Amino acid sequence: MSDDARKSQSDFTLIGSSMRKIEGLDKSTGRAVYTDDITLPGMLHGKILRSPHAHARIVSIDTAAAQALLGVHGVITGQDMPTTYGIIPWTPDEHPLCVDRVRYIGDGVAAVAAVDEDTALRALDLIQVVYEVLPAFFDPHDALAADGASPYVHDAKKEGWNGNITKKVHLEFGEVDELMVASDVVVEDDYFFEGTTHTPIEPHCAIGSWQRGGGVRGSDGEESGKLTVWSSTQVPHYLHRELARVLELDQAHVRVLQPLVGGAFGGKSEPFDLEFCVGKLAMVTGRPVKILYTREEVFYAHRGRHPFHMHYRTGANQDGKLTSVDGKILLDGGAYASFGLVTTYYSGQLLCAPYAMPAYRFDSTRVYTNKPACGPKRGHGSVQPRFAFEVQMDRLAEKLDLDPIDFRRRNFIGSDTRTINELRITSNGFLECLEAVESASGWSEKFRKLSFGRGLGVAGSTYISGTNYPIYPNDMPQSAVQMQIDRSGRVAVFSGASEIGQGCDSVVAYIAAEELGVPLDYIRVMRGDTDFTPVDLGAYSSRVTFMLGNAAIDAARKLRILVQGAVAAEWNVKPGQVLLAGGYAMFAPDTARRMPIKEAFNLAEAMHGALGSTGSYNTPKDVHGEYRGGTIGASPAYSFTAHVAEVDVDTDTGIVEVKKIWVAHDCGRALNPVLVEGQMEGSAYMGFGEALMEEQIYKDADHGRAGLHNAPSLLDYRIPTSLDTPELEALIVESIDPEGPYGAKEAGEGPLHPSIPAIANAIYDAVGVRMTRLPFSAPNVWRNVEAARAEGTLKKPAVPTRAPAGAPDGSPVQRSAD
Amino acid sequence: MQQPETAATFFAMSSTSQIVRLTVNGDVHEVGVPTHFTLLEALRYAIGLTGSKQGCDKGDCGACTVVVDGQPTLACLTPVWEAEGKAVTTVEGLAGPEGPHPLQDAFDVNGAAQCGFCTPGILCSAVVLLEQNATPTRAEIQDALAGNLCRCTGYAKIYDAIEAAAVQCRADVANREGLSERRRT
Repeated sequence: MSDDARKSQSDFTLIGSSMRKIEGLDKSTGRAVYTDDITLPGMLHGKILRSPHAHARIVSIDTAAAQALLGVHGVITGQDMPTTYGIIPWTPDEHPLCVDRVRYIGDGVAAVAAVDEDTALRALDLIQVVYEVLPAFFDPHDALAADGASPYVHDAKKEGWNGNITKKVHLEFGEVDELMVASDVVVEDDYFFEGTTHTPIEPHCAIGSWQRGGGVRGSDGEESGKLTVWSSTQVPHYLHRELARVLELDQAHVRVLQPLVGGAFGGKSEPFDLEFCVGKLAMVTGRPVKILYTREEVFYAHRGRHPFHMHYRTGANQDGKLTSVDGKILLDGGAYASFGLVTTYYSGQLLCAPYAMPAYRFDSTRVYTNKPACGPKRGHGSVQPRFAFEVQMDRLAEKLDLDPIDFRRRNFIGSDTRTINELRITSNGFLECLEAVESASGWSEKFRKLSFGRGLGVAGSTYISGTNYPIYPNDMPQSAVQMQIDRSGRVAVFSGASEIGQGCDSVVAYIAAEELGVPLDYIRVMRGDTDFTPVDLGAYSSRVTFMLGNAAIDAARKLRILVQGAVAAEWNVKPGQVLLAGGYAMFAPDTARRMPIKEAFNLAEAMHGALGSTGSYNTPKDVHGEYRGGTIGASPAYSFTAHVAEVDVDTDTGIVEVKKIWVAHDCGRALNPVLVEGQMEGSAYMGFGEALMEEQIYKDADHGRAGLHNAPSLLDYRIPTSLDTPELEALIVESIDPEGPYGAKEAGEGPLHPSIPAIANAIYDAVGVRMTRLPFSAPNVWRNVEAARAEGTLKKPAVPTRAPAGAPDGSPVQRSAD
Repeated sequence: MQQPETAATFFAMSSTSQIVRLTVNGDVHEVGVPTHFTLLEALRYAIGLTGSKQGCDKGDCGACTVVVDGQPTLACLTPVWEAEGKAVTTVEGLAGPEGPHPLQDAFDVNGAAQCGFCTPGILCSAVVLLEQNATPTRAEIQDALAGNLCRCTGYAKIYDAIEAAAVQCRADVANREGLSERRRT
């Protein structure tokens, strides 16, 4: 265990205490700058023309009238940017604007830049596009069964293949069928997770600015220019790479700036059409160009949670141990690959903890359909199977006559172990999470004991703290930080990490302040600019605190050693006896002997010259399964979560009211508990919304234009308001991870996972009705209630009678006769 | 095919403009804007007060909420001319020369602003709440925020912040009254 992991709370001056965020007051006073808050001299406004057809060939595009409109400075089409791109290097299947085919209602076909928004909109009306409409695929089962009679969503890579299939993964660990057959009990069900979307309150926005010539030469030696793009992206580094590739510029001549981002949740984690369009339009017009998505366009851009059609079979024995798990999943991917390759793996790879599984198989297939592309949403690919599996766990507990918390404890995988699919688990606080929600919720007095209509449900989960392997193969650090200290006693931190509201700019500031002993307001974080910050790969897969934090510690300690050495020389003591804390350098054996940190910095600069350092973090590359796909899901550390939800179900209307959700999350160490709680509450909130309210769905031919988004507005796509949201109680569990920064792991995505199955299981406890399809909206619940009423199963389920494991009569457990 | 427009037809077709006189955060601004501009567009793009945010542009999200004559108002649904002759307060106008409003400080201390995009609108709703009700219950806070969507926090930290600010505001009032009492005696 590292020194940091051994440290107790009292060893820190700042870490572990509740602190303000460095940009907190900017955000509450209106000073914070987001992309749309920026106006450049001479800036034009861009708009994108979008397809009215779900699937069609582009026969011709006539832009002459739009070009001729007074006030229009540039019109571009797909022909101007023919290079395909995609966030996953192996599946580049998108054009910034469609070249020859549109694949969903909302696909971009042309873009204009004009003096103002009104003129740009009028120019769009003047663009004539002739389409040849093609049959479209909306149901993933139809897409999977397609035989080529009508064009696939994408052309098949090989003759005879189904071009609608984007990825198939089949992985099997252990003797799945044998152990299933031998199991004492088996549960088997179909589950459906409806698609949902992120809806950050800030719509995507980008600004492009082109500086022509000036001696800048492109890779072909021709004089070109320098492109600057401001974007509300959560992946500036990948955007940087793709802008250079698609716009055929040298990466050294592309600069990406990331103002503060107004929420993302995975919805801004790959390049989007607007970023290429502002770049190209700026190059064409020579003027800065801004595009701000309308809220409707945000719904078309999507990349939200995939609809999953799932079938699960899970076995267990009378001793309360899982035996075998078998899942088959069809992922409805929408029109493009996006992160789909990873999503398909994650649909199975991340299910193998926190419970030990003797055997596990999953078979996942992702298909294209003519709908907006799905991608990563908070808890990428693993929220859907977690819903199905934790409901199966609840069913198994009932069949075994066990309390569902006890059943989960019996299957706890432990710490410092490997999952069946060879993921390396280090710290694991899942038992403490179960304990925390059990105790806080009053579980033992309430479960199966509340009156009919009221119920409690539990669920658990795990999630990654970043991925060991980056999206494009390379051996460079996943995160890096530069630091410099100056004569005024300040520390400047240069961070390429993406602040999307989670607080990563503050995390590097806390770490610099902790390590160098300066007050927090002596830290300046320089951020969001690929020209002068080192690369951090982006805000996705819950990687930032873990990786950026370790890089920041690395950078800060290099400087600390120099400062300690200079002070030690001045005092003629050992460097290890010099403490840097609270704005002073102090002699550890007698802290009254001290000097202001500024003087210490000046001594160090006199001794070493200008003071700067770099810090890097890279993931372990030797811990993953030795099989194809074994690197996907491999993370330096895993977080663990348990939820208990309490619900009230009205059997006359089907209305479910969630009264409260208790969220316990093992975040390793809470560097700033206020921010960790905020992530936990926000995750539980988002999961709650998916459980009860949210549906990214499309019209069928009987109810409008087939494939048209059903409700592309924040009124009709219902996300929870203050009146809808239940009380949320965050319970932090700290397992102190051996490799995390000061022992920290992720907190941003893991706490979402159990929300949905905990609510589903609470509904069962309340009225004896199993929910297997999302959302648990009033009509869906009411239908199941009516079916249960007809079957005579609408009643409070029985109280489990077997004593928990470890209790006087609970272990060892006798096998029952059947 | 449509004919390219001439300058004459362009100006004939383009929206007309008007000069409006707005009182924002105590300052009077006279700005020329297209007649179809909303108050939000005038604030952001004509006056340069970008604190008020556009999240949906159709009154669903509440990020554009400002205070107009003491009432929380959706600036994106308010035609700019409707704000003439009224007192408009935006998030930029909540802080005084002595520092941030207690709500602004409490939002920072309590982690109530994650991405911060909904924060300006929520603050404007909350300011009006505290002016009308110095001791709001949690249910009253929830009611007051029903028109402001936040996608980050689950609202929990926002309630904490508003409750903390209410305590601070009451203390400030008591303090001011105490001071004036002492001055009189």
